[in-house]
Amino acid sequence: MLNDFYLKGFLTFLKIGFFTIGGGYAMIPLIEKEVVDKHRWVEKEEFLDMMALSQAMPGVFAVNFSICIGNRLRGFKGSVALASGVILPSLVVILLVAMFFGMFSDNRVVEAIFKGIRPAVVALIAVPCVKLGKAAKVNFANAWLPIVVALLIALAGISPVYVIVLVAVGAYLYGRYIKED
Amino acid sequence: MIFLQLFYVFFKIGLFGFGGGYAMLSMIQGEVVANHHWITTAQFTDIVAISQSTPGPIGINSATYVGYMAFSNAGYPLYMSVLGSLTATLAVVLPSFLLVLLALKILKRYCNHPVVEYIFSVLRLAVVGLIGGAALMLLTAENFGTPDDRWQYGISIFLFVAAFVGTYVFKIHPIRMICLCGIAGFFLYI
Repeated sequence: MLNDFYLKGFLTFLKIGFFTIGGGYAMIPLIEKEVVDKHRWVEKEEFLDMMALSQAMPGVFAVNFSICIGNRLRGFKGSVALASGVILPSLVVILLVAMFFGMFSDNRVVEAIFKGIRPAVVALIAVPCVKLGKAAKVNFANAWLPIVVALLIALAGISPVYVIVLVAVGAYLYGRYIKED
Repeated sequence: MIFLQLFYVFFKIGLFGFGGGYAMLSMIQGEVVANHHWITTAQFTDIVAISQSTPGPIGINSATYVGYMAFSNAGYPLYMSVLGSLTATLAVVLPSFLLVLLALKILKRYCNHPVVEYIFSVLRLAVVGLIGGAALMLLTAENFGTPDDRWQYGISIFLFVAAFVGTYVFKIHPIRMICLCGIAGFFLYI
């Protein structure tokens, strides 16, 4: 039964989903080990192409990647099998935690613990912002864009969905009609 | 009705969620806290903390959790909350199927087109702002207390700075940082 691709793929991506904790990019080495070295589903070069596409697409990176590789190997059915593997650990664990946490959320001890955690969460979001800023090569000339985006969202209360669409359309128009001239 | 709204909101987030989990957080917060008032800012912050420290990608974890809370906050029974979490999870991954499969078919030809590359380079910059916006939106009295309560306000600012320096400069793992701040909260507030 373990020779069945769907089961093997599902279990492999179940493992990947389960070991993804915190930022999704941390498990890229694990995915590479499983997909390229162990199961030899794709060559390294194609693996890198799939990584790039999964990162460029909106949505959850690990899910995008599982769809990419599932589709490459067994078409639509393959992508459903592998994506279910990535999603299942989240569903089960979060449901258990939500039920458990719901019982204790009025508890004094739990409230005290989370009062300490909340400011830290804000810092833990600020860190990837700074790191990504470095990776995206933010400098004095282009810093206005992320700053305007952050202010539009946080102060003007505009939905990030519209901001992203606006930026993409603006970039298309600028890249297509102004930059090329 | 709330099922449809939940589905629509998370489908939209999946569809425009460029830049991964942290960038999606700002969308989830904008829709779920600011727009629909399904959960409070403090609850959202707790959800982020739990999503970061449990298995699974943060985007899926927070969608699952918000789907659950939206119903349990509104006083629905348990099985409705479970259905809510399934709805939100399904809705947030569905666009991935559509877009990735479409991209594999069509976009691959245009991937190296200079205009497409330019759009993605600009989007990368915008994502930095998206994540920055998520952090700014969480700088609230619910998370930090108010200056009237000097004890909590002082502790909050200290823990914020400590968590930033700890993870950015000293490379402490985010989960360990969350645990440390939880322990600090326990001893300081109990």
